[in-house]
Amino acid sequence: MTAVASARPALRHRLAERGIDRTLLLLVPGLLVTACLFLYPFLYGLQLSFAPRQGGIFANYARFFGDPYLRDTIWTTLGIALPATFINVLASIPIAYVMRVRVRGKRLLTTILVVPITLGTVLTAQGLIMYGGPAGWLNKVLTVLGITDEPLPLIHNYTGVLLSLVITGFPFSFLLTLSYLSGIDPSLEKAAATLGANGVQRFRRITLPLLAPGLAITFCLSFVMAFSVFPSAQLVGDPANETRVISIAAYHAAFEEYDYSMGSAVAMLMAVVMLIVIGLVMAWRGTLYRGATGGKG
Amino acid sequence: MSGWVARPGRWVVWAIVVFFFVNLAGVVLSVVVDSFGRQWFGTWLPDGFTTHWYADAWREFGLSDVLLTTAIVALVVIAVSVAVGVPAAYALARRSFPGKRLVMLLFVLPILIPPITYGIPLATVLYKFHLAGTTTGVILANLVPSVPFVVLTMTPFIEQIDPKIEAAARMSGARTVSVFTRILGPLLLPGILAASILVLVRTVGMFELTFLTAGPDSTTLVVALYNSVFAAGIRANQSVDAMATIYTASMLVLLLVALRFVNPTQLVTRIREET
Repeated sequence: MTAVASARPALRHRLAERGIDRTLLLLVPGLLVTACLFLYPFLYGLQLSFAPRQGGIFANYARFFGDPYLRDTIWTTLGIALPATFINVLASIPIAYVMRVRVRGKRLLTTILVVPITLGTVLTAQGLIMYGGPAGWLNKVLTVLGITDEPLPLIHNYTGVLLSLVITGFPFSFLLTLSYLSGIDPSLEKAAATLGANGVQRFRRITLPLLAPGLAITFCLSFVMAFSVFPSAQLVGDPANETRVISIAAYHAAFEEYDYSMGSAVAMLMAVVMLIVIGLVMAWRGTLYRGATGGKG
Repeated sequence: MSGWVARPGRWVVWAIVVFFFVNLAGVVLSVVVDSFGRQWFGTWLPDGFTTHWYADAWREFGLSDVLLTTAIVALVVIAVSVAVGVPAAYALARRSFPGKRLVMLLFVLPILIPPITYGIPLATVLYKFHLAGTTTGVILANLVPSVPFVVLTMTPFIEQIDPKIEAAARMSGARTVSVFTRILGPLLLPGILAASILVLVRTVGMFELTFLTAGPDSTTLVVALYNSVFAAGIRANQSVDAMATIYTASMLVLLLVALRFVNPTQLVTRIREET
């Protein structure tokens, strides 16, 4: 009797010392929601993808890689997502570099940059069709200025999707890059300047190496967004051929052919391709300097 | 000003920024101008202005129902994700325990993985339970990124509240309930407000998950907009644009409200804390 009484508080005490006490019960609802609505569907989808309508357990995957119309969606998607991500990240660096110090209108600029993120892909696509179309303002200006004779084919093709990904994706990667850059202690750069480094040297030898890990994260997040392109590929692209991205193939299988098993298989392949690219970027990041950046970040 | 002349790189940078903004304005204004235009074929501006496309759009697309659904979905998602997310964030901020990294990973994944990837299996599961196509299904789907989002935004916010304040309240004889309602509640309110607004913006703009799970009676504004573009065959493009303008305007209002409370970079992500 006494032994039980003395053992129980001791166990509670021991657990509490490791940080396990009743406070952790507060985590339960959140974990439950995420487990039921995220983890379970994901695992269910994984299981479903190995239970095809006909054929053996790998039939869906065999069909995907056997059918060029399906298989090529991977390359189509990478062909859109990778250039878009590179444009967004590479354009963000110089602009964020100029903006990292207090510049007049910085707040206004970041505010306007948030607009395309909230507009979302649907409105951007609709706007692009109007603006970049054959009779849109952009082609009118180009014609008036004598830059082109005929309207440029900017919509319902590859270019349209790329433009829409840049419009929605650039502000995202810019704001991320800016927040990483502002996390680098400015006194490091000042020290380099004192030692006689010029602007280019300071950027190449001090800022860029410190920024690179952050850029890797920015690249991954931007890539993930671009890779899952769906509405813009449908609306402003050529969803039957040139911009038939993998998400369209997944949607088509699941909700137009009602083959949930195949749809899940394509969704899983989408996740795998994404993870491979992220894995490569993160492996590259692992080779970089990963210490403190000296600032708040 | 001499610094400007000395650094031509800056001019290039500013030129790119201006070019981006001019085109962005063009994209948004094309839609807005067209929605007010009577007819617009190949000229610089429409040949007359009217507001009747808005009335048309309102009628044709059943916008009052759509807006009601959007509001219900957004409010329920905010309420549930705050109710579920804030306690979890409190536990994560105040305790370190074995397996914490795993819990964090579970909360980061739904934000990292794009909605269309897990949306398809999720919609399949919701169909299995006959929840797809209902407002409940749309709400459940939108909770997936929202709950982790609240957890991840609130955890650093709670971390910066000094635990000594709670301890002092307890020393002075406050019970757990009054510590939460009288001490933590008021301190957490600004953070909860910011997180709610961000969830609101994200839920109203969330296309993929709503698109995959919504039925005819449970579409939100952004999905109705997408559907109207595809069903536009017989309809005037202007009424689609009128709807797009309504969507833009409501998003801009939400955005302006949001920016009063939060830093623009927060709208993008708070992943930084975990990496």
